[in-house]
Amino acid sequence: MKFETPQTIEAATALLAADAGARVLAGGTDLLVRLRAGQIEPSAVIDIKRIKGMSDITQEDGGWRIGAAVPCSVMGEHDGLKAAYPGVVEGAELIGSTQVQGRCTMVGNLCNAGPAGDSVPAMVAAGASVRIAGPEGTRDVPVIDIPLSPGKTSLAKGEFVTSVFLPARPARSSDAYLRFIPRTEMDIAVVGCAVNLSLNEDGTVKEAHVSLGAVAPKVLDVPEAAAALIGSKCEDAALEALATAATAAATPIDDKRGTVAFRKDVSGVLARRAAKLAYTRAMGEKS
Amino acid sequence: MSRIHVNTTINGDATDYLCEAEDTLLDVLRDQLDMTGSKEGCASGDCGACTVRLDGRLVCSCLVLGAEAEGRTVETIEGMADGETLHPLQKNFIDKAALQCGICTPGILVAAKDLLERNPDPTEEEVRYWLAGNLCRCTGYDKIIRTVLETAAEMRGAA
Ligand SMILES: Cc1cc2nc3c(=O)[nH]c(=O)nc-3n(C[C@H](O)[C@H](O)[C@H](O)COP(=O)(O)OP(=O)(O)OC[C@H]3O[C@@H](n4cnc5c(N)ncnc54)[C@H](O)[C@@H]3O)c2cc1C
Ligand code: FES
Ligand code: FES
Repeated sequence: MKFETPQTIEAATALLAADAGARVLAGGTDLLVRLRAGQIEPSAVIDIKRIKGMSDITQEDGGWRIGAAVPCSVMGEHDGLKAAYPGVVEGAELIGSTQVQGRCTMVGNLCNAGPAGDSVPAMVAAGASVRIAGPEGTRDVPVIDIPLSPGKTSLAKGEFVTSVFLPARPARSSDAYLRFIPRTEMDIAVVGCAVNLSLNEDGTVKEAHVSLGAVAPKVLDVPEAAAALIGSKCEDAALEALATAATAAATPIDDKRGTVAFRKDVSGVLARRAAKLAYTRAMGEKS
Repeated sequence: MSRIHVNTTINGDATDYLCEAEDTLLDVLRDQLDMTGSKEGCASGDCGACTVRLDGRLVCSCLVLGAEAEGRTVETIEGMADGETLHPLQKNFIDKAALQCGICTPGILVAAKDLLERNPDPTEEEVRYWLAGNLCRCTGYDKIIRTVLETAAEMRGAA
């Protein structure tokens, strides 16, 4: 195995394009576990952390661009980002322990393409996109189009993600992410749910996005659930309709961590709680 | 086989070593540099026995490649005492018997020291969450958490 530390995006894409067995290394909290367990045998590991700009969080067009090598702990310490997208940051901060937080990235979480990645639903609900660099140049792609199925992404040979972009939101907007795990820390989501809301001046919901994790082969965008909130002030009837739609949209599997019926039910419960939390936060922006 | 030559700083000392691309930082510390304080409990990021600080952030050294340490600063348990003088956390872990077999102890001490440097007055809940990635098979955690809290109070008093 070779270990490469390209200094530029072009050098990284050239290395990736030249070697089909090469893997990108960000925080390594998935890659190195799999490497050490003998599940993968890459011919080369391409460490992207030394590429300029890859570790930056910057404001852009009223939104936020987060470099692919930014560890989740750094996001949690960034007051501006936390104020703008509390739900995205809380999803990222749920990954692993303090030690894992110091290394893990949202893009690694996304490109690992596990159905239960904790940072992914909030990015989907935010309408986030990623910038992809490849031998042919760069392209921007919605986050939801990156994972295809467990372990598989839509990235082509030679391509890697350089950053995530969270778009600008109007005033009176906020988001939230909640997950269910059997413990209080350090576990894989049985269900995860993110809700992103923008309110009208009178406090009714103008725009909503609901996303579920861990209940399908990949993250779900659930427009039917979001539609239940439009025009409401997240009163009980609207939350009930939201929960029913979320439960209906979930197509989970049975495994040791949860049955189908349980996961569907929890999808509704978490959607309701995340919507209330996002709504409270969005209202808070008024004052 | 071309080994990778790495220049890094460990516990304040400029250090260099040769490693294979596959070697983890933990492998290098233990097998090449004779710094066996960091332990391997799981090799998968779950137990925290291998905890070190890399450029000022806690990481599992079993999930860092040795080659990644080029130009970085690494702090291990071996750098915690000041010569013969133990860090207050180390002294109190011994005095208050916050360890049994001791395998988890170096990782917990490195992680707890980092916490107290960031937050000299943590709540019990904050200590428990901060150390959630440090597993202990023996103590049941209570003495560990209490000792960290008592040391924090002691260090605040001394400051
Ligand atoms: C103890 C422990 C606890 C964990 N707990 C959680 C948890 O609670 N929730 C959760 O969701 N996950 C958890 N994880 C999994 C893991 O930490 C996350 O998925 C993390 O976000 C991965 O990010 P990384 O930067 O470490 O990725 P890496 O390991 O560096 O990479 C992951 C994969 O993505 C690819 N990749 C990385 N960056 C890019 C890029 N820029 N472009 C293209 N491909 C790329 C890599 O080649 C690799 O295949 C845990 C892991 C451990 C070890
Ligand atoms: S040995 Fe590194 S976390 Fe267990
Ligand atoms: S004292 Fe034995 S594992 Fe903690």
